[in-house]
Amino acid sequence: MKGRPELYTSYAQDMAFLNTRPKRAWSLGLVVLALLVPFLITDDLLQLLATGFVAAIGAIGLNIVTGYAGQVSLGHAFFLAIGAYTGAALSGSETGRVIGFGITSLPIWLLASGLVAAFFGVLVAPVAVRLRGLYLAIVTLGLVFLGEHVFREWTSLTGGPGVGRPAAIPELFGVRLDRDNAVFTAAQQLYLVMFVLLVIFGVLARNLVRSRVGRAFAAVRDRDLAASVIGVDLTKYKVLAFAVSSFYAGVAGALLFVINGFFDPGSFSLLLSVQYIAMVLIGGAGTISGAIMGALFITLLPRITRELPAVLPFISGDATGAVTVFQVEAVLYGVLIIVFLIVEPRGLFGIWVRVRNYWRTWPFSY
Amino acid sequence: MDEFLQSLIRGLGTGSIYSLLALGFVIIYKSTQVISFAQPAFMLAGAVLVSYLAPQVSFFGAVLVAALVIAVLALGVERTVLRPMVGKPVFVVAIITIGVDVVVRVVTNAFIGLDVRQVGDPWGLTTMNFLGAEVQQRYLVMIGTTAVVTVALFAFFRYSRIGLAMRAVAYDQEVALAQGISVGSVFALSWALAGGLAALAGVFVATGAGVDQQLWIVALKALPAIILGGLESLGGAVVGGLAVGIVESLFGTYQGDFAPWLGPNFALVAPYALMLLVLLVRPYGLFGKREVERL
Repeated sequence: MKGRPELYTSYAQDMAFLNTRPKRAWSLGLVVLALLVPFLITDDLLQLLATGFVAAIGAIGLNIVTGYAGQVSLGHAFFLAIGAYTGAALSGSETGRVIGFGITSLPIWLLASGLVAAFFGVLVAPVAVRLRGLYLAIVTLGLVFLGEHVFREWTSLTGGPGVGRPAAIPELFGVRLDRDNAVFTAAQQLYLVMFVLLVIFGVLARNLVRSRVGRAFAAVRDRDLAASVIGVDLTKYKVLAFAVSSFYAGVAGALLFVINGFFDPGSFSLLLSVQYIAMVLIGGAGTISGAIMGALFITLLPRITRELPAVLPFISGDATGAVTVFQVEAVLYGVLIIVFLIVEPRGLFGIWVRVRNYWRTWPFSY
Repeated sequence: MDEFLQSLIRGLGTGSIYSLLALGFVIIYKSTQVISFAQPAFMLAGAVLVSYLAPQVSFFGAVLVAALVIAVLALGVERTVLRPMVGKPVFVVAIITIGVDVVVRVVTNAFIGLDVRQVGDPWGLTTMNFLGAEVQQRYLVMIGTTAVVTVALFAFFRYSRIGLAMRAVAYDQEVALAQGISVGSVFALSWALAGGLAALAGVFVATGAGVDQQLWIVALKALPAIILGGLESLGGAVVGGLAVGIVESLFGTYQGDFAPWLGPNFALVAPYALMLLVLLVRPYGLFGKREVERL
């Protein structure tokens, strides 16, 4: 088979995790590059990339429920919030103002955040099972508003609006990751940890969606009635999709603010949900690598627009002036959503596929 | 009792704003099967436009002009951004409308600035005696206007040729097309109608307190209203809007006494809680069409 890389002789081979040689090469290359990056670029860029990796975990979660299982959820911010507060409360220290249990070990609070969020996902799922399409979208949107209210009022957990509380404390094997030590700076450590977590959760998600469960999700997405006729248990798989998606959201939420160290309940508004939807759609719905690309793109977008005033002098870099960089950023965000969906509905992943197909048969690509 | 009547009128007043918005959502939904998340932006833009025009051409003239301008704007958005997406998954189109909302809102915010702008309405916060209770005039105006607009809309759909065409498109697009109805112009018209209604609603929201950058949040209250009433039902939109307004207002008045554990300001999210409860019992809303599913 050596000379014929695209000849598959078994189903298992076709469905393998990295089923082509270029994929293996690319993946290896990207991982090596990502591991080298911390020693090449500055700490603030590293922090940004680390935030992007965390966002990617959340986007993968949303992609599982929306992109694969077809259940439109605008409630991702709610599950992110649950994860964030579970992580912060478990690992934080009791201060009299906010509660905390002082369990600082990262694997423990990370898992707990995911599980608590998944529990709420399962609670919400029965409503989702009865609804479909845009009804579901609006109900999940209602969830965000109800959640916002609870988090605003429950000040002993959240610190209250405008004040907030410290985020979860990352400690791995007795090493505080958010402090510089002899070998690495804080940003380098956090970057590496977030990258490893992204790889773990990305691989898990990829394995989930190429399994029996993933095929059931796709069947439910494409036509739920037809799926149930061929024996897919709709209730079971919709609940499962919500549980897995919320688990990812919980994990991402717990990690999201570790890098900044502080967050307040105002962070979990509808805008956050829309941002994750944008990540999934701009990246490409129904693909893991698309979710990662979309998350990195949306996270890096503000940074890129910050550079605009240097190039286009009519844009002012601070909040004064006729056209400010913040307005440009917001407009660009909206325009990008529109343009991507109209011109390239498969998102960044679609662009990548086109580029790949062009070069695959080069120079005879027409 | 006075307190009850007062909060009831207040609820009906804000509820009629939600009804106007909800009517816009439902009109768009019925013709294009899409929920337009751009409504909040159109509402905000309408209010801002009135705040600029009112000093020049009196308040009422400004409202009329603003409603027309926003209707044309909505029509333009439909024509340029939404028309290429006909036949694409509704969810994708809904997300595009979020993108439209973001863009329109950012541009509008630039015209608001950081201060609160007044729309120059003649009512302000003045109150009058209504059945023995002191109520703000503006709520009565809102209820009255909404009643007139609603009746006019229903008459339009019932008796005019274009209204008939719109109903036909809502019933079945392909059959309507085969009858020689221009489905495209129905789409455009429904966006224009929704835009005009949103602008009107925006002006009402801005009476009293004025326009600021946070005004758009109000428009999202119309979402529980349409879900409550059922996405396909115009009547349901009106009833849902009023119900949401009343629930919000009554919670605002009494929840502090009867259920303080829900926390202050629960009234603001009460509509969403109501929506969840109704949907648990009736997944298609109160007046929504139960879909018949075929393979």
